[in-house]
Amino acid sequence: MPVTLKDVENIAMLAKLRFTQEEKERLISQLSRILSYFEKLNELDTTDVEPTSHVLPIKNVFRDDVVTGSLPRDQILANAPDQWMGYFKVPKVIE
Amino acid sequence: MIDLMRLTAHELKEGIVRGETSSYEVVNSLFDRIEKIDRDINAYISLLKEEALRKAEEVDRRIDRGEKVGKLAGIPLAVKDNICVRGTKTTCGSKILENFVSPYDATVIERLKSADAVIIGKTNMDEFAMGSSTETSYFGVTRNPYDLSRVPGGSSGGSAAAVASGETVLALGSDTGGSIRQPASFCGVVGLKPTYGRVSRFGLVAYASSLDQIGPLTKDVTDCALLLGVLAGHDLRDSTSGDLEVPDYLALLQEGVKGIRLGIPEEYFAEGLDPEVNSSVMHLVQQLADLGAEVENASLPHTGYAIASYYLLATAEASANLARYDGVKYGFRAEEAADLDDMYCYTRSIGFGDEVKRRIMLGTYALSAGYYEAYYRKAQKVRTLIKQDFQKAFERFDVLITPTSPTVAFKIGEKLDDPLKMYLSDVYTISVNLAGIPAVSVPCGISAEGLPIGLQILGRHFDEATVLRVAYAVEQVVGGAIDGL
Repeated sequence: MPVTLKDVENIAMLAKLRFTQEEKERLISQLSRILSYFEKLNELDTTDVEPTSHVLPIKNVFRDDVVTGSLPRDQILANAPDQWMGYFKVPKVIE
Repeated sequence: MIDLMRLTAHELKEGIVRGETSSYEVVNSLFDRIEKIDRDINAYISLLKEEALRKAEEVDRRIDRGEKVGKLAGIPLAVKDNICVRGTKTTCGSKILENFVSPYDATVIERLKSADAVIIGKTNMDEFAMGSSTETSYFGVTRNPYDLSRVPGGSSGGSAAAVASGETVLALGSDTGGSIRQPASFCGVVGLKPTYGRVSRFGLVAYASSLDQIGPLTKDVTDCALLLGVLAGHDLRDSTSGDLEVPDYLALLQEGVKGIRLGIPEEYFAEGLDPEVNSSVMHLVQQLADLGAEVENASLPHTGYAIASYYLLATAEASANLARYDGVKYGFRAEEAADLDDMYCYTRSIGFGDEVKRRIMLGTYALSAGYYEAYYRKAQKVRTLIKQDFQKAFERFDVLITPTSPTVAFKIGEKLDDPLKMYLSDVYTISVNLAGIPAVSVPCGISAEGLPIGLQILGRHFDEATVLRVAYAVEQVVGGAIDGL
């Protein structure tokens, strides 16, 4: 199934990415080619096959409900592009 | 004079403990070598010279005083730059994390530090481990030490090149679809992807969480077993880590291959395999048969669907994992934004490279409304079929042997403009991650052009011991490390 310009723009919006016109053209052709290769999977009948999301039979891993240490706030904030009074600072959200 | 090219951890360990050499001396001469040759190879993103020399001195001092030291006392080790080392940059080869300083140690780093290893630097990689050539790094391409016009493989290309060129003794990589094994094969070193869950992923920057695994890159199989023994084990901070005993891998290495049932999956010796790689691997298999291994043909009928299944699942997981890079908590932020949404979009569009954006787009598409069943769900079901292929094969066989890659190292730039072609080069390594089983790449020969050829040994879940035992036998037949440099 060929990917359209509308698809690329819609997906980019969902993924919070922006592309130039030229990049969009390239993505249309690259994604179409890759997705048509993926169509190969339709050769297989998987009606009665269970999907695998995880390879090991590990389920519901809990730890004891005890308080443990956490990372110091100043160290975490040290990586922030912008901060103010112990908070992460972002551009204005509400008009 | 220490021969850094050939120096292994197990030899160095003996030398240090016997007082014949010091960790300081070795670490110091390693940095001299890095200064001399890394301009050509570009294996490292950052070096930790000061910290490394201090640690080496401390270990030497403790040995002098007769104090107890760890299993990797004074041994230099390089770490792929997607594994967190406290207080140092962890860039993932990306502009978006160019200045990220990790506030904590990954579990594997804690383990290495308590084993007294000396961490000397962080190695180059494809951006966010997305690539098979180390060409997509924001910090430039790493070159293959055997031929500087060729790629070292990827995504752990920096670690593989550093081990091969004597710029470190040991290295860590990560493997989501072959990212330890394929560069090991291209650079003539040993690289192991452990069973999913054998080594904690805590502190490994996530790419595709159901496939990622940390593992060793080393000069020989003994070092691989030594390092795995330090890395492996249960970790409460990684809920997918297996709560199982870790065997003494070193003790089991020399058991030989007599009576080992060895399967040769026919789908891995089909069209597209370089004849030179084919004959090198098959020659080795014959030699293992001569040593008493029982060799028979095997079949993994769904092999042809692995790449499609993998690239759907890996990109879907990546699109979710990489949603966290939004310019708020850490990393790069684009300044020119008018509002919050603009800030997210500009930050991600400028901060990520082309391949990462392409994979986020693919993954978002596969998970989006209307396509989820057709792509993502379908790929998960095919993953089940691939896993079952292996389950069936391991009823008859102890290990399977294949080439690691269909070709030797390719030229820089050869596949970069053709993403699908690059994806197809992972054909022999990807199924292993989908099934979660362990596999090692070990050098088995040199091509006519002088490039290393790797052989891959695949084993049952959590049976790294048998995989390494066969790898050791291969190494004995080949005659120690491949020596083409």
